[in-house]
Amino acid sequence: MTATAAAVPTLSGAPHATGVARRVRWALSDTWTVTRRNIIGYTRIPESLFFSTVQPVMFVLLFRYVFGGAITAPGGIPYVDYLMPGIFVQTVAFGSVSTSIGLAEDLQKGLIERFRALPMARSAVLAGRTTADLCRNIMVVIVMTGVGFLVGFRPSTGVAAYLAGVLLILLFAYALSWGFAVIGLSAPNSETAQVMSFPLLFPLTFASSAFVPVHSMPSWLQGFATYQPVSVTVSACRALMIGGPTASWVVQSAAWSVGLLLVLTPLAVWRYRNRT
Amino acid sequence: MPPAIEAEDLHKTFTGKQTVHALVGVSFAVDEGTVFGLLGPNGSGKTTAVRVLTTILRADQGSARVLGHDVVRQAGLVRSLIGLAGQYAAVDENLTGRENLVMVGRLNHLPGSFVAQRARELLVQFDLADAGDRVLKTYSGGMRRRLDLAAALVARPTVLFLDEPTTGLDPQSRNDLWAVIESLVEGGTTVLLTTQYLEEADRLAGQLAVIDHGRVIAEGTPAQLKAELGATVLEVGLENSDDAARTRPVLDSLGPHTANQNGNVVEVTVEQGAEAAMGALRSLDQLGITPASFTLREPSLDDVFLALTGRRTEEEPHQDGGSSRRPGTPAPTQGGTR
Repeated sequence: MTATAAAVPTLSGAPHATGVARRVRWALSDTWTVTRRNIIGYTRIPESLFFSTVQPVMFVLLFRYVFGGAITAPGGIPYVDYLMPGIFVQTVAFGSVSTSIGLAEDLQKGLIERFRALPMARSAVLAGRTTADLCRNIMVVIVMTGVGFLVGFRPSTGVAAYLAGVLLILLFAYALSWGFAVIGLSAPNSETAQVMSFPLLFPLTFASSAFVPVHSMPSWLQGFATYQPVSVTVSACRALMIGGPTASWVVQSAAWSVGLLLVLTPLAVWRYRNRT
Repeated sequence: MPPAIEAEDLHKTFTGKQTVHALVGVSFAVDEGTVFGLLGPNGSGKTTAVRVLTTILRADQGSARVLGHDVVRQAGLVRSLIGLAGQYAAVDENLTGRENLVMVGRLNHLPGSFVAQRARELLVQFDLADAGDRVLKTYSGGMRRRLDLAAALVARPTVLFLDEPTTGLDPQSRNDLWAVIESLVEGGTTVLLTTQYLEEADRLAGQLAVIDHGRVIAEGTPAQLKAELGATVLEVGLENSDDAARTRPVLDSLGPHTANQNGNVVEVTVEQGAEAAMGALRSLDQLGITPASFTLREPSLDDVFLALTGRRTEEEPHQDGGSSRRPGTPAPTQGGTR
């Protein structure tokens, strides 16, 4: 027994070391290992590639060329410029469903059971999943920027403001991922996780200012549609990408995202710990 | 030397749609370098016991130690010493075999060069060298199970937990897996194995505990258990229940065990199979009874249960040891002479 055990080298710290710095380093290393594993997975699931790229492109084409002609953007700006910030936010919001599907699948297949019996950081399973989804969203936003340019999207505020808008979108997507992590950890299987996610997503993305001006909606809907997080983030991105009053929307969007993170992260961790 | 694995009065109750007392005071000890078999039907608490011992689940009451380390207070240390392979191959479908092993190695905090070398070694050892760089979706059930076991061995654990390692495998894959487990034990690994198959426990384990409804109902070596049971089961199938009723006293007279009638089938455990079979056939012939089938086989878990509890394992289809997402497993396949 001891002969074989001695052949296993350990890195500078034993896995069970209690030093805070070591623990943080291992937590980061484990998170990266799980993140990589999830990213590799995404590249090998055709459905996931479809959902992250083909579907949003279809939405762009649909609204740009089918519905767009019937919608008048406020302030006389071209509809495509109004549309693209909305598409960005809608795309990452839809994409965050994969956080719930991925976690539900890992639970279902017993992979999380294996992770729990490994000397890895407890936090790495959730952090690795949400980080992988963040990486995927970065890729998606880059692709969608390219698609936007192809269909005539012309941001007018400069690179710095555009990137600030992208950062705001990514922050919002990251916060949503933690929410969908809660759903994934509560669902009995990945199909249910997906089914549970969409009733939340549809009102958030479509009863919003993402595709049509809020003032065209019935008055009882306008309050929700103006101040819910998707609309606020879309408005902030519009201001940052095509101009308009910026500060208030940016502050509201950041406040939503940070607020959601503060509530959803502990909730997801709690679900993860208590799931037996 | 302290035992490699020690369970002391473990209790675990799952509350939910229905309350399940998965563990009701389970205690046992496993010596270093031995194989311990936890034998029981579905929902008997085997998996729950393994989950407590592998730090996945916290017991409501009682304590457990692995190599002297408490599974709750020293969970991190315990995790670095154990390996776990489960009933449902817990491997990532979207990764290749090699990527799976490397991931587990990294999460065990082993250096990259060692992990790469170890992954190569294990792929060869488990006959997966050619499939190592293929995505798992292309693997067969047996290949996945082998990879699952390989993943449990990446960090060269001194204590290995195998939760129904061969359930659902074809006989060839099962034999292969048994051979691997035997070679590990020769290398000094301590193994705790749960199984529904008496044959498997008999082949691999030096010491057995039979578990039922979260309680250990019998403990001993496989030889001791089988001595209590009788070495062989003689099973006679009849054309009708009338013949069966007449056959029952014939098998009873073979002694020392009592015969059981189950519909048109009468069975009895005997010490000397061939001798008993000849006696039974002679008596049946004299009575003018022609059996529809006549079988000598090794006792199954079902026979152990019948002997220990007076009831069959199939009577307990509910209770899933707490993990409700796991589907039921197929009934035990019985090995032995037919």
